[in-house]
Amino acid sequence: MSINHHVSDELLLRYASGELAEGWSLAVATHLALCPSCRQRLAKMETIGGALLENISMGTASDDAWARMRSRIDKMEAPVSRPKEDHRQVPGAMPILPEPLRSYLGGDIDSLKWRSLGMGAYQIPIRLADASTIARLLRIPAGKPVPEHGHAGQELTLVLAGSFRDGSDVFARGDLEEADASLTHQPLASEGEDCICLAVTDAPLKFKSWLVRLIQPVLGI
Amino acid sequence: MDENDQEQPTDEMSGLLVSVGLKRDVEAFEVLFRHYAPRVKAYMARLCRDGTAAEELMQETMMVVWNKAAQFEPSRGTVSTWIYTIARNVRIDVYRRTKRPEFDLNDPTFVQDDAAPADKAFEAFQEAERLHRAMAALPAEQLDLLKRSFYEDASHSAIAEALSIPLGTVKSRIRLAFAKLRAALEER
Repeated sequence: MSINHHVSDELLLRYASGELAEGWSLAVATHLALCPSCRQRLAKMETIGGALLENISMGTASDDAWARMRSRIDKMEAPVSRPKEDHRQVPGAMPILPEPLRSYLGGDIDSLKWRSLGMGAYQIPIRLADASTIARLLRIPAGKPVPEHGHAGQELTLVLAGSFRDGSDVFARGDLEEADASLTHQPLASEGEDCICLAVTDAPLKFKSWLVRLIQPVLGI
Repeated sequence: MDENDQEQPTDEMSGLLVSVGLKRDVEAFEVLFRHYAPRVKAYMARLCRDGTAAEELMQETMMVVWNKAAQFEPSRGTVSTWIYTIARNVRIDVYRRTKRPEFDLNDPTFVQDDAAPADKAFEAFQEAERLHRAMAALPAEQLDLLKRSFYEDASHSAIAEALSIPLGTVKSRIRLAFAKLRAALEER
């Protein structure tokens, strides 16, 4: 498998430094599961983070810091060493959805309860602890346009099955599309196979006007 | 960059942490603690600007270091990198109370690396040395932006606003700094 569309430096750096909100991180981490070359880039950024930690300007830890730690570890029992779980031993078909996404959805493609979006498209909203983004799994019928392509902020789309075309670019399994508000695009699922993708967007803006609030769901922004 | 007289060589730290993992070696852990606890606390303090919280987050981080020491693999990188990733995750879990989604190396869908390079432990140590030199040679404004991107909860545009410099300048300085550090990491 060759992935052609990767995580940008800025996004990966924010993931490496722990600043990226949960929804964006879910898309980045799932891409990383499929992309060894981005994992190498991440490892380099984390090495830089480690070097910065080594050279950070420090105050002093409180005098009793070690004494506290010492008494905590003395009170602890030896950690139980349990055999590492190895999911590779699990029999059955290869899942479509990689971790961490599969756990967020509670299972693989076949076990999911899809909700109709109309026009043959389906979605599953993904529950996040952090409400600053919205994440959902989309299933777009082969040859049809992605229904919710209007967005006010940033949008990340990670393809998991099938593919879609956006202008002259084709996005297939593992490819990540980063779009911002300035980009008008019309993604179209390729013929032959339904396209399943993870889509993450900024949470809808909270407009002050009640009138705008009223029509917001209609506009889908 | 701060000069630190008691700085320990990277491979010595690595040996100490392996010993903690294998033998629950309290003496080795004390050496690691005395070296890293003030650094982790400073890292936490820069992010949460609250001394008490920083001390607690440091204790939490070092507790995880003690508990997970057996998972440290010297072939994957240095102790400072490993502790950095733990501190970062503790901050997300405890301080921000959200999860950090991470890939799972044991998942059947996980796409393995193409080839496992040889003698990674020695390579990781040498990499760290080269990185320290390259970092010390960075122009002050590039190093400053690098630190801000790792220590402050801010996007590039927020950093640009805080420093009153154009977003393009922030991005190009960070890009330059990264290019230099990456080149240092990739030297053979």
